[in-house]
Amino acid sequence: MADTMTEKRRDAQAPRFLACGDTALCIEFGDQIDREVSARVLALADRIQAAGIAGVVELVPTFRSLLVHYDPSVGSQSDLRAALAPLVVDLGAAQGASRRWRLPACYDTSVAPDLDEVASRTGLSVQQVIERHSAVTYHVYMLGFLPGYPYLGDLPPELALPRRENPRTRVPPGSIAIATTMTAVYPLESPGGWHLIGRTPVALWDVRRDPPVLLSAGDKIEFSPISVREYEEMAARAVAGTLTIAPEGQGVVS
Amino acid sequence: MPALKVISPGLMTTLQDLGRRGYQRLGIPVSGALDEISLRAANLIAGNPAAIGALEIAYQGPTLEVEAESVRVAYAGGGAAVEVLSSAGAAEARRLPPLQSVRLTKGQVVRIGALSGSPIGYLAVEGGFDVPLALGSQSTYMRGGLGGFAGRALRSGDLLGLKRPQADARDERMLASVDLTPPKRIRVVFGPQDDYFTAKGKHTLGESEYTVTPASDRMGMRLDGPPLEHAKGYNIVSDGISPGSIQVPGNGVPIVLLADRQTTGGYPKIATVISADMPALGRLAPGAKVAFEAVDIAAAEAAHRQFRDGLERMAKSVASVRPAAAVDESKLLGSNLVSGVVSAWNWQEVDV
Repeated sequence: MADTMTEKRRDAQAPRFLACGDTALCIEFGDQIDREVSARVLALADRIQAAGIAGVVELVPTFRSLLVHYDPSVGSQSDLRAALAPLVVDLGAAQGASRRWRLPACYDTSVAPDLDEVASRTGLSVQQVIERHSAVTYHVYMLGFLPGYPYLGDLPPELALPRRENPRTRVPPGSIAIATTMTAVYPLESPGGWHLIGRTPVALWDVRRDPPVLLSAGDKIEFSPISVREYEEMAARAVAGTLTIAPEGQGVVS
Repeated sequence: MPALKVISPGLMTTLQDLGRRGYQRLGIPVSGALDEISLRAANLIAGNPAAIGALEIAYQGPTLEVEAESVRVAYAGGGAAVEVLSSAGAAEARRLPPLQSVRLTKGQVVRIGALSGSPIGYLAVEGGFDVPLALGSQSTYMRGGLGGFAGRALRSGDLLGLKRPQADARDERMLASVDLTPPKRIRVVFGPQDDYFTAKGKHTLGESEYTVTPASDRMGMRLDGPPLEHAKGYNIVSDGISPGSIQVPGNGVPIVLLADRQTTGGYPKIATVISADMPALGRLAPGAKVAFEAVDIAAAEAAHRQFRDGLERMAKSVASVRPAAAVDESKLLGSNLVSGVVSAWNWQEVDV
């Protein structure tokens, strides 16, 4: 009986291979947003990277799956499945050291157009929203939607709201936003349907940098509240290209 | 600096190569040519490696003035009048034969008109454009301001730097033809989320005719036609997106994702266009009809091999613009080429 249970659990964990045409293969671990699933996705990405499988072009980790882009002129998809099959088992929480970032965050209503509404809809005070949002260490599940757009989770449950009914056509870069169980920072101006509760002066996307994207999937993020005056001073330096930020242990915002 | 000066930019002209790989995990799209076949053809005729950056022209071509001692250019893609003027203000233009390179000299102007058939074409310059690689590629990703010329489409007055100060002294090259015939049906492989659609929805995809709408762009081709029936909603937990993914939002009308596609997305993807048919898809203009046919992965892989073979055949079929009769005069031609004064057959056709 116990064996059957273990068997079942293992089956539940066995990923599905999904064809995405003849140039990509999706390895799917589930259909939920889950830290443990995310850890396995990231561990698999590391493992495939290290294995150096011929024909693999690049890997895109997402919430609950890993997309393997490959070159079909190197080998068939069934060859690729066979090469990957031994790598998808026993993916423990084994994960390399993740980088930790502290992002300055200005929660002043002048740069946080939805903060008051979020407070009233969640039944919290503005100060409580700020405290809760900045009290959590977030996990970067994945980057997507826009270059460098980080899906950060999980948001404290009391801040969870559905997306806005009327998405904005223009969200300024640096906007800190929340929706459902996630928070994010808009790296560049874009349309957007999340609630804007603050802004960071740090550029998550800067074409002068190589790579232009600051964060990676698996990084850990905290938001540090700053005043409007500090925000403006740092934002001016960001424009000039003299605001630098490094992960913890490698310096701080300077 | 040897350059082409943009007199008028065309509707949307961007520098594109075969795309930017290795950065999708950071959310950076691949970008690159919508029509790989025509990009390769233009480069081959210009005497370049097939995959280097060239100007991708959409709908209406640019007018460019030579600010270099000389430059060799070649155009391939949608049918267009490619004309050369002796100067920017000249009234008389001379139309060039298709799929042939031409050497232009300082002050001359090349003008590319409206495209027909395919709305996409490529103008390659011998030696390539002097544009640094951004993350390994010259491709322009406009939304992120990355790559190409300042991360954007050409504007009047831009100076497009050239790697070579002058054209090589050699005869011109040509391709007899490039087959851009659209396939009757665009082939797709079902998945990754075909289980989010009813049997009827999957059937509809294969049995219907869709029309390309004007809302299409380099990111995605928006279609108009019968909606595809979802089986269990139209939201998935966002996952990775492959080239040619057919995503189906709540209204059921498919969007095929192209070169500038986002790297991840939250709509279910019923099927994926096979790699061999992506260039044909990239050549469809608004108003064009498109139908899909489901094939299995083995068929997609066979089609890919055929596609690669076709590219190799094209590369081998590049020929010098010289008539058979002129072979006897090869010595004469050779000395003429060295001196830069050429009297070979057809020269008047291409050198203005």
